Amino acid sequence: MSDDHDDSPIAAQVRDLEALLEAKGLIDPRELDQVLEAFAAKASPANGFRVVARAWVDEGFRERLLAGANDALPELGLSMGGGLQPQVLHVVENTEDVHNVIVCTLCSCYPLSLLGPSPTWYKSTAYRSAVVSRPREVLEQFGFDLPQDTQIRVWDANAESRYMVLPRRPDGTDELTEAELAALVTRNGLIGTAAV
Amino acid sequence: MPRTNDVGGLDGFGPVVEELDEPPFHHDWEAHVMAMNRALIGRRIYNLDEFRDAVERTMSHESSYYENWFRAIRTLLKEKGVV
Repeated sequence: MSDDHDDSPIAAQVRDLEALLEAKGLIDPRELDQVLEAFAAKASPANGFRVVARAWVDEGFRERLLAGANDALPELGLSMGGGLQPQVLHVVENTEDVHNVIVCTLCSCYPLSLLGPSPTWYKSTAYRSAVVSRPREVLEQFGFDLPQDTQIRVWDANAESRYMVLPRRPDGTDELTEAELAALVTRNGLIGTAAV
Repeated sequence: MPRTNDVGGLDGFGPVVEELDEPPFHHDWEAHVMAMNRALIGRRIYNLDEFRDAVERTMSHESSYYENWFRAIRTLLKEKGVV
């Protein structure tokens, strides 16, 4: 962990509490470093991009992923068991008629291991309050206009479950390799605030 | 009565603002708060459900995400007589 030269009141309060817990033997600075290193190493949207690309090229994997994502992820060396408690992952597939969006209205539940650290907007009251009642308006704030006849489904995560969107494979990508397809996917595409 | 954090469907929180190329943490202390929380849960000082409950009952919409986390951690440590 880098040295903390932040002099704001909260930074000082955090330092004080950390020192107190350390003095009581309840935390170990090396352990905190390890926690952060593990977090940075495991939580990456590149994992989600790989899952999507595999589902696009491998029909059998796609079906297994949609039927039970926790059982399909190990095929790519991934799992939902890396966090503080195991989570059930539901992968929801976009089609010509249905577009999916994920949210955690209560707080910030998010598939970190597949999408990386969550953006502040995902945790904001602005997103959490509005996307369930006015999803089309929220998507427009991301510059994403869906056809009026596309149905939008919003999935609200909770303590035991997580959601990830499987975007539609873009047209004209038949010749691309799996790695090239993965490079087309974006974090917002996995949340549903972008098409891919 | 719904808790403060239960905002689904409410109006009045303004537009969603996206920060491009946002870093995982905006300040070093935020990373410390995250790591401290994982370590305390790992040591079973409190569990994840207790933490979630503490965030929900102590959060303020005026505070940032990790400010709310820090308030919850301090509340739990105080309630459990740790500090």
